[in-house]
Formats: sequence, C-alpha cells, structure tokens
Amino acid sequence: MKVTLKIWRQPDAASQGAMHTYELDEVSEDMSFLEMLDVLNENLNAAGEEPVAFDSDCREGICGMCGLMINGEAHGPEVTTTCQLHMRSFKDGDEIVIEPWRADAFPVVKDLVVDRGAFDRIIQAGGFISVNTGSAPEAHSVPVPREDALRAFNVATCIGCGACVAACPNGSASLFMGAKITHLGELPQGQPERDERVVSMVAQHDHEGFGGCTNIGECTAACPKEIPLDVISRLNWDLHQAMRHGH
Amino acid sequence: MTDMPDTTLTSDPSHDAPGDHGDDAAGYYTPGEPIADTKAPGGPIEERWQTRKFEARLVNPSNRRKLSVIIVGTGLAGGSAAATLGEAGYNVKSFCYQDSPRRAHSIAAQGGINAAKNYKEDGDSVHRLFYDTVKGGDYRSRESNVYRLAEVSTNIIDQCVAQGVPFAREYGGLLDNRSFGGVQVSRTFYARGQTGQQLLIGAYQALERQVAAGTVTTYTRHEMLEVILVDGKARGIIARDMVTGEIETHLADVVVLASGGYGNVFYLSTNAMGCNVTATWRAHRKGAYMANPCYTQIHPTCIPVSGAHQSKLTLMSESLRNDGRIWVPKKKADCEKDPRDIPEEDRDYYLERIYPSFGNLVPRDIASRAAKNVCDEGRGVGPAVEGVRRGVYLDFSAAIERLGKDGIEEKYDNLFDMYARITGENPYETPMRIYPAVHYVMGGLWVDYDLMSSIPGLFVTGEANFSDHGANRLGASALMQGLADGYFVLPHTIRDYLADGPFEPVPADHPAVVEAEQSVRSRIDHFLNTKGTRSVDSYHRELGNIMWEYCGMERSEDGLKKAIDLIRTLKDDFWRNVKVLGTAEGLNQSLEKAGRVADFFELGELMCIDALNRRESCGGHFRAESQTEDGEALRHDETFAYVAAWEFAGDGEPPVLHKEDLVYTAIEMKQRSYK
Repeated sequence: MKVTLKIWRQPDAASQGAMHTYELDEVSEDMSFLEMLDVLNENLNAAGEEPVAFDSDCREGICGMCGLMINGEAHGPEVTTTCQLHMRSFKDGDEIVIEPWRADAFPVVKDLVVDRGAFDRIIQAGGFISVNTGSAPEAHSVPVPREDALRAFNVATCIGCGACVAACPNGSASLFMGAKITHLGELPQGQPERDERVVSMVAQHDHEGFGGCTNIGECTAACPKEIPLDVISRLNWDLHQAMRHGH
Repeated sequence: MTDMPDTTLTSDPSHDAPGDHGDDAAGYYTPGEPIADTKAPGGPIEERWQTRKFEARLVNPSNRRKLSVIIVGTGLAGGSAAATLGEAGYNVKSFCYQDSPRRAHSIAAQGGINAAKNYKEDGDSVHRLFYDTVKGGDYRSRESNVYRLAEVSTNIIDQCVAQGVPFAREYGGLLDNRSFGGVQVSRTFYARGQTGQQLLIGAYQALERQVAAGTVTTYTRHEMLEVILVDGKARGIIARDMVTGEIETHLADVVVLASGGYGNVFYLSTNAMGCNVTATWRAHRKGAYMANPCYTQIHPTCIPVSGAHQSKLTLMSESLRNDGRIWVPKKKADCEKDPRDIPEEDRDYYLERIYPSFGNLVPRDIASRAAKNVCDEGRGVGPAVEGVRRGVYLDFSAAIERLGKDGIEEKYDNLFDMYARITGENPYETPMRIYPAVHYVMGGLWVDYDLMSSIPGLFVTGEANFSDHGANRLGASALMQGLADGYFVLPHTIRDYLADGPFEPVPADHPAVVEAEQSVRSRIDHFLNTKGTRSVDSYHRELGNIMWEYCGMERSEDGLKKAIDLIRTLKDDFWRNVKVLGTAEGLNQSLEKAGRVADFFELGELMCIDALNRRESCGGHFRAESQTEDGEALRHDETFAYVAAWEFAGDGEPPVLHKEDLVYTAIEMKQRSYK
C-alpha cells in the first residue's frame, strides 16, 4: 500500500519544529508501524535527508520506550504500544499524521523523541519500598492474599510510556502515579510508607508541570496496558488519608 | 523441556580418540598461556562462597563515600548492583543508553526466575539447582560460580518480595511455583508472563531510591564508548551524551560492565533494538578476555520473519510446546496450501517421529535445529523470504479438541493475542507458524570468581559475563543470574578490590584519558566524514545474515571459514563506504548505530574463530563434524573441557587463545540423550 506521512520534524529542543510530508510506497500490511518508519528512514538516508528520530527499544510492547501520537491518538488506533501497531490497521492511500507526545512536562529532544525524565523523578520521590539488600525477611513470613497480589500485579504492569499524559487534555500524570501508589499500597510491604509516598509523589508531579486530573478518562482509554481509571481514585483517597494523618 | 536421562560418558564407540579433532582454527589464532580462576577458595563446594565472603576484605563505612563506582547498564545485573552499592554508601554513577533505567531489556523476560526455596517439598535443593544448571550448560561452566548462584538464589526471592514484586500467589497467600525449562521440580517464581518486568521495576525503584538519597547519579541516554585504563587498571569510561553529543570523561575507582548480551550481532534476534556489544568489546580491545563468544542460545518458538523489512523477532513462551504439535507437510508441493486442507497422513510431526519419547518437548537446541533441517529440505511454510520458507506449524487443533477453546484460552490467551496482533492470523483457527531465533548469549567477558575480568578493577556481571551458564542456559536462569550478581555477589567481591583504596586520583589530562577520548572522537569523525553510499542498517543486516547462515544453529569448518572471509570483506567495505548523515552534536541515531555495528563486525569474526576452534558439539553450539550416527550433538570432553578465553592482539592480528580447564569435583560429566 501507499501512505502519506505528515511528520513533526524538530532539529533540537531549542529550535522551532514543523510538519513535513513524505510519500511512502510499497508498505506491507505485515510491517509494524515502526518498521514502516525504518523503511522511510532508509529512503531518506539514501536521498541524503537525515532520518526521522524516534524512540523504540524492545519492540515487544513492554519496555515503554516507544510512543507516538498517530492521527491525534496516543499509540494510534489500537489499544497497544506503537511498536505493536501494524500497518494492517491502515489502508492504501491513508494520510497518517505523526507527532511526538504533547505535554509541557515532556519537552521534545528531537523530531519525535521526548524527555520523560520527569517520570523517574516522580518515582524518586517515593515510588519504592525502603528495603536495603540483604535485610529482607524470609519471603513466606508475610502471606499476601491472592486477590491483593493480583490487584497489585494488574496495575504494576504500567510500562511508563507516557501515553496517559499525552492523551490527557490537562497533561496530567495521575494515571501513572496512581498505578504505582495502588501497586505498592495493595501490598502489606507497602504500608509503612503509604502516607509519605503519596504526598511526596504528588508534590513532585505538580512540580514537574503536569496538570491536574479532572476525571476525563482519556488516559485509561489510551493506556496500552489498560490501567483502570480507579487508580486515580485510590491516589486521591490515599492523599486524603495522609492529610488527615497530619501530612 | 523435560528432564533427560543421562548416559555416563565412557565407552561410546562413536567418540573420536583424544587428539583426533584437529585444530580447525589453526592459522586464525595464536595459542597462549593457560589461565585459571585464582579467587575461588578450595575446599568443599558448599563452603567456598562463605569462605570467600569472609576472606574478602571489608571497607570501613566512613571510607565508602570516598570510593566511586561506575556501572554501565541498568538491567537486572546493573540496576541491582547500583542500588546495593549505593545503599552500602559508595559513590555510584549509573549509565544507560535508554531514556530511563527502567527500560533495560531484562524487562522483556517472560517465564520466571528460579530459586532453590523448595517450597513445594518436591526434592529441590541448592545442590539440585546447581546440578541442573551445570548439566543444562552441558558441562562447560565453572562449578564454583554455578554453586554460588544456586546458593544465593533463595535470597533473591526474599529481597524481591520485600520490595513489592507482585509474584503469583496461591489462595493461602503463599508464593506459587511452576516447573519450567527442563527440570522436574517446581522452583520457578513468576508474575504472569511478565516476570522480568516486575523484577526490573523492583530493581529500578531501589535504584531511584538511592538517587533520591544522593548515593547514585544516573546518566540516561548515555552510551559508553571507551574504557580508561591507568597503570593497567580500569579507572573510568568515555561516554557520549546522546542528546547533546558531548563526549564526557567519567573517572572512578572501579568500573562494572552490566551491559547485557550481544545477540544483535545476528541483526535479527529477540533482543531490544539498542542491545549491543560496544561496552564489552571496547573493554576486550583494552585487554579483557572474551570467553566462549560462540555460545549462543537459539529459541525454537519465535514468530517467523515476515519480510525484508523485519527489524526484530518476538519470542513466544515455550510453554506453548506443552499443548501444540509441531509439523510440516511431507510433500514440498503442499507447503503453499492452507494447512487445514492438508490431510493427517500428509503431515510430518517430525519431532514426535524422530524423538518418540520427548516429542515436541525436546530441549531448545534440538527443536531449533530440527526446524532448520526441515526448512532447508524445502518443507518450510509461510511466506518465502529471500526464496526460502522459514517456518513450521505449531498446531493447537488437537489440544482445542481435547481441552476445548476455553481451556486453551485460559492457558495461552495473551500469547494467542500477541501472535494474532503481529501476524494478522487467528491461531485458534489456523496453526501458528514458528521459527527459531537468537535469544541469549552464554558467552561474554571472562571473569574470575570475584566477577573481575582480566583487567584489574573491571568487573562484569549478568549476561555480559560468561560465567554461569556454560554452553547453554536453562529457562528462568537469566533473571536469577542477573540479580544474584548484582544484589548478592558483586557487592561482596568488589569490596575486596576497593579495600586497597583510597586510590590516587586520575587527572583529567592524564595521557590515558586523552588517548581514550581522542580515539572516540576520531571514530565518530570517521563515520560522519566517510560519506559513502550504504546505510548502517544495510551493513548490519548483511552481517546478520552471514552470522545466521554460518554461525547459527549449525556450524561447520567450511562454513565458518567462509564466514570469516565474508565478514572481513564486508567490514572493509563498511569502513570505506558507510553513509551516516547529520552531525556529532545532538541526537544522531545513525551515528550511534554505526559505532555498534563496527564493533559487531569484530565480534562476529571472533565468534566464528571460537566456533571453528571448538570442533565439538555442546549445548547451543552444534558442529556438523561432531555428531553421532543419529545426528545428535557429540561432546569431546577429553579435548574441549575448557573455557576459551580470547585476548585481543591488535587490529588484523590473530587473537590469542587462553584455555581455562574445567574441573568438576562435585559433579560427574555425562553425555545427554533424548531418544
């Protein structure tokens, strides 16, 4: 098939960007979306134009490195990561608009590559359980009800890709944060630091320039791992409890 | 996948007498002095690690903050080490090429992590895990290291649970285990099919906690391009900031490489796109020996290549072989037909036919090679890529009849979904197509019992080293090794080295620093100024094809010699004719790839020389010249029970081979059989 690509090109963070149009022929429906971009890049390189920069690593939908706005949707039309999207989701003659994640807290590095360092700093603020290596008790000393472990797992599957932020009209990272707070808060090991965790993480979130949550739900619709919206309710509940406890 | 009966290696008539194997690699290398590990204490194997931990000198807590450690890589081996050394109070700098430490490729491991907890009371023990691992490695690993791995495995589970890793649990709230990867005990801990992800997030969070505590500094989107040696000791690295393009010097008292495996030398593999050999290869060129580079694990159940555009391969859990039946058409003429229209009598269930007692559950290397053989015969299925159909059917129709669609859905739903997403075919209705793919490398930098390479002060952990898996790795053991090295081994052994501190500071204008920095700059300048006609990817793809054809599932003397010639010719062309656009200042992904591919060329040649030298079949390494009359792998313990540790001797010079004899005191060497 043949597609028309409109791609955001921006040489670096300081420069102005613009949309560029490229025609791409001989696209097979078995190609992944990123393989289609690989082909474009080979063509550009041959023609003497610098290839389009975009992030990807595992290309199996688990590392969270890739992420593009495709026709205005984070990761495109399917509920999956950009790397797992295939060209059979498009048809001959389609025009495809490709942009980087759009959020103040994710500045563009180059072309389609953004800086998501803010996510690491939110985790640094409290997204962990404080246990030094070697000081852990025997694993069976604290049984965890199967349902709790399952609920923790289901939200611990967050890959930190940032689609939730890109999809949110407010540029909020509440789903990302809520997933971590719920994961650790469901487990007995996560209880001692529960209040402090939520307070610190929320403060860092706001400091990074992410917006507030107004319960729109675009985040969960865009999430390739289908993290449910109620992790944000859990986040708010924990924050409320922490404040009641004097934080 | 199931345990194999042993036949003790004694009087097999098909064995050549010692010394009959020739030296296929003569002329390609220079024989060197033997080497040996000098750090493992003697005595009973059960006591060696305790002894070493006691004998390794301590560093006073107040001195630790004056000592600095560089760690390259943030996967299970690097992330866990950075967190642990940070907690201990050392000054740690942690580097990764990804935009966050959380993305390292450990994250993609599906199956689980082994540990000798014996929670099932099914006869497991440290000794049994040790035994299974040495045997799984086809008696080509170092027994002291493997025993220690089994010993610390139980601590890993405790640590991860305390961090909040949500392992699967039983209704009573205790941890669940499953049997995995060819053993008869249930010792594998798992978090659905995402165990690697959950373990890595645990290590990542521990690491970020240390960043907040000020003991660890992370350098993301940084690629190590050179190691700095001062007075023969590793004292730092040159790294490129991939965002600004700046070439940075980072000095420290010790350097740890936890930079993963080099499976991407094959271009197509299940590794992440960015996985590369540069960190370890630059160290190799500076004096670190590369051990057993030809030992590659090829996984039988991956989704086949769909066309020339293919950028990477995706693994499907081998648990699928428990219920799927593998077949190809008996007649070449049927290969284009809809498989559902091929009658039962025209199908060749070749694994069940050749290996009646193990059938579809034969070990990974055997299943892989058998698939290659039927495709080479022209009986492969699926799309032809470069003229050959490379795929075999993995058919669930019998299992669906037996267990119902619901039963299969419950067991494999996420895998079936993934397959459907990638191929556009519904595996509930038509058989899956699978083909082997490069998955893991057992080879890596040579290390002693302390995990220190042949360069003092340069430590190597995880997949980047060679030490624990011999010629083949058991399922669910890669995660175990990464975390064992990072949490529980390295922090103890590195202190013995650091106890010599404080070390004299290295000035930024030291000749060794200047030399390392200049060599990095001149390579970058070369790539940008060559202005040739071919893209980096096109060279990488061609190199990968050579490696896959001649140094893949089956290797032969003629093939390997041919491969070496082809690689040398292609490498010369690459240096003269590569086309890298853009500049050195700022993000330039073609430039990054050029450096990695340049190192893959050199590694590929060494892998072929190593494979040529080892005229025996062992583990993942199958030499056509060394097989039984039935076509099975044949080891030659009298000649080849050694680790091949290769020393770099200069560009264009044959590498030097140092042999470490493998001595087993706690286990008897046996030949495996699967019939």
